[in-house]
Amino acid sequence: MWEMKPTRDAFGETLVELGRTNRKVVVLSGDLEDSTRAEFFKKEFPDRFFNLGIAEQDMLGTCVGLSLDGLIPFACSFAVFLTDRTYGVLRISICYNKRNVKLVGTHAGLTVGEDGATAQSLEDIAIMRVLPNMTVVCPVDAVETRKATLKIAEICGPVYLRLGRPPYPIITKDSDRFELGKANVLREGRDLTIIGCGLMVSESLRAADALAQEGIQARVVNMHTVKPLDEEAIVRAAAETRAVVTAEEHQMNGGLGGAVAEVLARTYPVPQEFVAVRDTFGESGAPDALLKKYCLKDVDIVNAARKALERKR
Amino acid sequence: MTEERCLDTDALREKARQYRREILEMITEAGSGHPGGSLSAVEILISLYECKMRHRPEDPAWPMRDRFIMSKGHASPALYVTLANCGYFPKAELATFRKLGSRLQGHVYAGVPGVELSTGSLGQGFSVANGMALGAKLRGADFNVYCLLGDGETQEGQVWEAAMMAAHHRLDNVCAVLDSNGVQENGPVAAIKGLEPLDEKWRSFGWHVMEVDGHSFEEILEAFDEFDTVEGKPTFVIAHTVKGKGVSFMEGQAAWHGKAPNREQLRQALSDLGFEA
Repeated sequence: MWEMKPTRDAFGETLVELGRTNRKVVVLSGDLEDSTRAEFFKKEFPDRFFNLGIAEQDMLGTCVGLSLDGLIPFACSFAVFLTDRTYGVLRISICYNKRNVKLVGTHAGLTVGEDGATAQSLEDIAIMRVLPNMTVVCPVDAVETRKATLKIAEICGPVYLRLGRPPYPIITKDSDRFELGKANVLREGRDLTIIGCGLMVSESLRAADALAQEGIQARVVNMHTVKPLDEEAIVRAAAETRAVVTAEEHQMNGGLGGAVAEVLARTYPVPQEFVAVRDTFGESGAPDALLKKYCLKDVDIVNAARKALERKR
Repeated sequence: MTEERCLDTDALREKARQYRREILEMITEAGSGHPGGSLSAVEILISLYECKMRHRPEDPAWPMRDRFIMSKGHASPALYVTLANCGYFPKAELATFRKLGSRLQGHVYAGVPGVELSTGSLGQGFSVANGMALGAKLRGADFNVYCLLGDGETQEGQVWEAAMMAAHHRLDNVCAVLDSNGVQENGPVAAIKGLEPLDEKWRSFGWHVMEVDGHSFEEILEAFDEFDTVEGKPTFVIAHTVKGKGVSFMEGQAAWHGKAPNREQLRQALSDLGFEA
């Protein structure tokens, strides 16, 4: 069994670490610092923390101004508000101006749970990855979240860090390599490749175990960076396994699956199946019950894998 | 150092006349652009860049410089002409405005020397100006941040988020100027979505509010000097201006918000400004 920890907790802890080593780091909150764990930073560095109230557009614009002063602002809110209340600011003030602003959206995906559809961000990867100059990172667990948080403070330019609410299984180790834009192969296999991001990578590993029982060897790729996408890893997977399943806690349209399909269509077309939310909104419910209802569990990845293998023949 | 550079009012007025000529010429040459809101902002920009702001055209990134954010990014010709006249880039480049490969993009572009922020989507620059001011306070830097807003622009909700933010954080190093020309793309602001009572609104949002004739250098500069003395709150200068100022057929006309004059109209416009054909 895997140890469990919310990625947002790891983010909050790492932000404090960053605050100690880098005096340029400032943190802004849309009045959700308790939920996003930005409050850990607030407690230690009250002078470098600003709750800008329930005003996400202005929060991001303020971050742009702070970045022009040479500071490194982290804007923290729920993924849904950070991306859907702010699109024009993201596009012009941040991306067109290539500003060094870090956007951290917690509570992404269905696993927000009982708060229901209004809080469940299922479109944010699509919104963010279409923007020029934006980097999109969806860590798989708390260990990787720490590395990602430190790394995005080092690079110059806008970054979106997508985090969750519930505890995620810890499937990576401190010693694992983490490089933005470079996928990690977590399990080798020759029959097909499962490419996932965020919470769905642990489901993918479970699915690969189940497939192995049937004698199917699935490669599992942790695509923690959705943009820039590791095209080489995708092409290699297609060439070597000739079938792909993508898995994400996001809409099928425009997400990780769409990004992978764009690469495959251009380079090495092979059958691809999508484990994702099918053009619908979520609803209230326990996180795991929602994953089951919306077909985002290991069993759904297994079924998708069988379909992809059938199409491969 | 700013006082040394500042010219007397007659010289400033002559400068304004020249700026208007260059704005009209570059828009005519481009075949498109926004003359109305550029012509209304001329005295405000000259007051800032010739008299008020601390800046070094030969060193646009000078850390001590006062900052200017053109939130009404469509009035790019007015800013580009101002920067070229200050020496940030050669005046000859104005003829490349809106042409393929030019730095002088249709809306204010940060690739142009002296420009802090690309703008053009209304309501956004104001938040950025306040963010720069907040950063200055945080880092103990003593520069001021000036921001030019259009009056129609303040219909954007983000402007009011920003208005609350600057007042709450007591950003007395921010001076926002409203180019209140009273006309937006499809008609009078008052007829489309009225802003009155403008002064009371901004005062109630916690700003130090002043009203000036936006074509009077004396009044504008006096307001900027008062801004220097205000403590604990941001300053909002309502500059009453005329859209298309100086050109008979453009003044107060929404039709000239975003349309270029043809060569004949340019001749008429320059004649209105007192230039001989």
